[in-house]
Amino acid sequence: MTVNLTLLVLMGALFAIGIYLLLERSLTRVLLGIILISNGVNLLLLHTAGRAGLAPIYDPDISAEEYLDPLPQALLLTAIVIAFALVSFMLALIYRSWVLARQDELADDEEDRRIASYANVHDTEEDAELATETTEFADDTDSSGRQLLNPRRGVDEVAGTDAADEAPASGAMHADQLDVTIGAGRADGPPRQVPADPDVEPTAEPDTDPAEDPDPTEGGQR
Amino acid sequence: MNTEFLNFTPLAVLIPFFGAGFAFAFYRNKSAQRAITIGALVLTVILEVTMLSHVWNGGAHAIHLAGWPAPFGIVMVIDRFAALMLVVSSIITLCVLLYAVGQGAAEEKDDSGPVSIFYPTYLILVAGVSNAFLAGDLFNLYVGFEIFLTASYVLLTLGGGESRIRAGVTYVVVSIVSSMLFLITIGMIYAATGTVNLADLALRLADLDPSTQLTLHVMLLVAFGIKAAVFPLAFWLPDSYPTAPAPVTAVFAGLLTKVGIYAMIRTETLLFPGERINTALMIVAALTMIVGILGALAQADIKRMLSFTLISHIGYLVFGLALSSIIGMAATIYYVAHHITIQTTLFLVTGLIERRSGTSNVLRLGGLAKISPVLGLLFFIPAMNLAGIPPFSGFVGKLGMMQGGIAENTWITWTLVIASVVTSLLTLMAVARIWTRGFWRKPEDADETPERQLMSKTLAHSRAANKRYLPMSMVAPTAALVAMSLAFSVFAGPLMDFSRAAAQDMYERTPYLEAVFGPDRTEGVRDELEEFAATFLIDYELDDGGAAEHAPVETSLQPDDEAADVVPEITDGDDQ
Repeated sequence: MTVNLTLLVLMGALFAIGIYLLLERSLTRVLLGIILISNGVNLLLLHTAGRAGLAPIYDPDISAEEYLDPLPQALLLTAIVIAFALVSFMLALIYRSWVLARQDELADDEEDRRIASYANVHDTEEDAELATETTEFADDTDSSGRQLLNPRRGVDEVAGTDAADEAPASGAMHADQLDVTIGAGRADGPPRQVPADPDVEPTAEPDTDPAEDPDPTEGGQR
Repeated sequence: MNTEFLNFTPLAVLIPFFGAGFAFAFYRNKSAQRAITIGALVLTVILEVTMLSHVWNGGAHAIHLAGWPAPFGIVMVIDRFAALMLVVSSIITLCVLLYAVGQGAAEEKDDSGPVSIFYPTYLILVAGVSNAFLAGDLFNLYVGFEIFLTASYVLLTLGGGESRIRAGVTYVVVSIVSSMLFLITIGMIYAATGTVNLADLALRLADLDPSTQLTLHVMLLVAFGIKAAVFPLAFWLPDSYPTAPAPVTAVFAGLLTKVGIYAMIRTETLLFPGERINTALMIVAALTMIVGILGALAQADIKRMLSFTLISHIGYLVFGLALSSIIGMAATIYYVAHHITIQTTLFLVTGLIERRSGTSNVLRLGGLAKISPVLGLLFFIPAMNLAGIPPFSGFVGKLGMMQGGIAENTWITWTLVIASVVTSLLTLMAVARIWTRGFWRKPEDADETPERQLMSKTLAHSRAANKRYLPMSMVAPTAALVAMSLAFSVFAGPLMDFSRAAAQDMYERTPYLEAVFGPDRTEGVRDELEEFAATFLIDYELDDGGAAEHAPVETSLQPDDEAADVVPEITDGDDQ
């Protein structure tokens, strides 16, 4: 079977980038990852037909080897349609998550945390308060510098950068991770303003962000 | 045999689809929608029961859609195993639907929005599951998976509350990744063999280079393993299932993972028979059992605990599959049918407990046995059944697998037998915990503040409240499922014979191939296949009226006749 090298390299790149994005906590990036992977799969299916050939319309003068195998394209078409449906559903989910919680990232399972707390298991890596990087779709302040409805990101960044001082229990490794997470977030996003005065934040937080104080007993029941 | 009727097999997929279409069309009229949905499912059940009666005594039947011959067109194949799965799944879905209707009627106030979506989506789920069971080629199997998975995404996030969205995202992303993996494998299999037809693959895969075969085999198993929630790939299940409404969780827990198992069994017997990775599968099975049940013991919420036992009992199915013997496979087939019923029932009962007491957290439960003895009975029977206590069907299935393991008589199968006994005991412990906490102790003794619904002034008050909280329309379908699970024990003999015959067919593969290709092409390979299948026959003499078959007590003591011929490598010394 002959395989087109360019397509093969492209497919590899799509898979690699897709898997990288899939590992992110931000839902939009996960979605982008899924889109890339599904396109990689589509290319793979296309490959299985082998070298390009004639359109498979029967002509007695043409020998069978000259035609292109049409079946992979039928599979491909179905796969594209299914991927399209799934991506639109994912988008709806992400939008809903945004509307409800004003956050664009995967939340922790409260019940898991509760069970872990029973056993007094504290894994510094898993159970540390993560610096929640909410979204890239909202700025903290408008052009004139006033706070917007969703000040969460600012809060978290303050909490994150100060974590080394505020949370001595979780240790130095914890703080390093936080810095890395936030640094990575900043590298490709637009520059954001970190609110200078952390005292202002706690008052704004509770009513604008329902995700912030979940009832631990409710988590697993509904 | 009259196979004319089996040509109507595609209706098992079409009826729910058309029902879904009509249900969507009547989205304003709730009672019409309800009637259409129930009607469609009742029709499906009748159709599938008739189909089962047609294949009961004989082999497989293939339907070439639109008349295209086998390797080119799409084929639907119904054999004993598929028919049994279809019947069990459609009875389950019908009961769960009735339960959901009862719940909808009981909670009339807040069913304005999402319920108009619920009925049609539910039917699409049923259609997808049926399609996966009947699929005669890999790609159609993929499409079946996608149909019911997409429906399940909608059902899981029904109403779009925050916790459901959170759970839904995990579930959707994991499912999509597993589907992508499945699709990649289909692509690679097509590239290697030039076909996606299961019967055609059964003949062609054997010609491939063994290492290529192994790659394809493992990829396929990983893709199905995620869907079936086999241990290292099961992390998503306890996070996502418990958040959905009770009927939805029930049908998910009962059916969806079992479709993954079905696909594993189908591909394992048809495409990749043999014992190459059985040891790996058995290790995975043991880990699934043990890790799953240990997870269950740590949970306080009944739904989450049941989700973990679900994972743990998937381990049994993988064990039976990995045995690669007819007796092991027969037990697996029986156990799948049993487990679909039992897991669904338990989740429905949990829904009832949650309605009656306001919570499914055992720390806040108490006194349910006194308040509602019926509820106690409905929980007790399937719970004991899950744990595998003798008169129930769980015991029969587990016994069959252990017989298979003992008959095979290698160190790994003995390990598995021990692991399955331990798991069974731990399951008993987990359900006994729910029982003692939720049902036996007084509500006042609860670890945390008990729910107010449990603290009526007198017993008469709380019994009176039962009517309101536990409407007959919800209790009756649950009771029907409990009765069905009891029927599995009552008719265990004929059912085991049936699953033995199904297992024999699946390992021989000739009935399947003959149905798809017709006798001509199969004839050439028949001898070869039958010879191959004979290696799976770790079996007992059949001329003693079935006594040895159903009570082969001597197997562990006399493993050195047939069994030793088949597995000569490593024999365990301690059973001689």
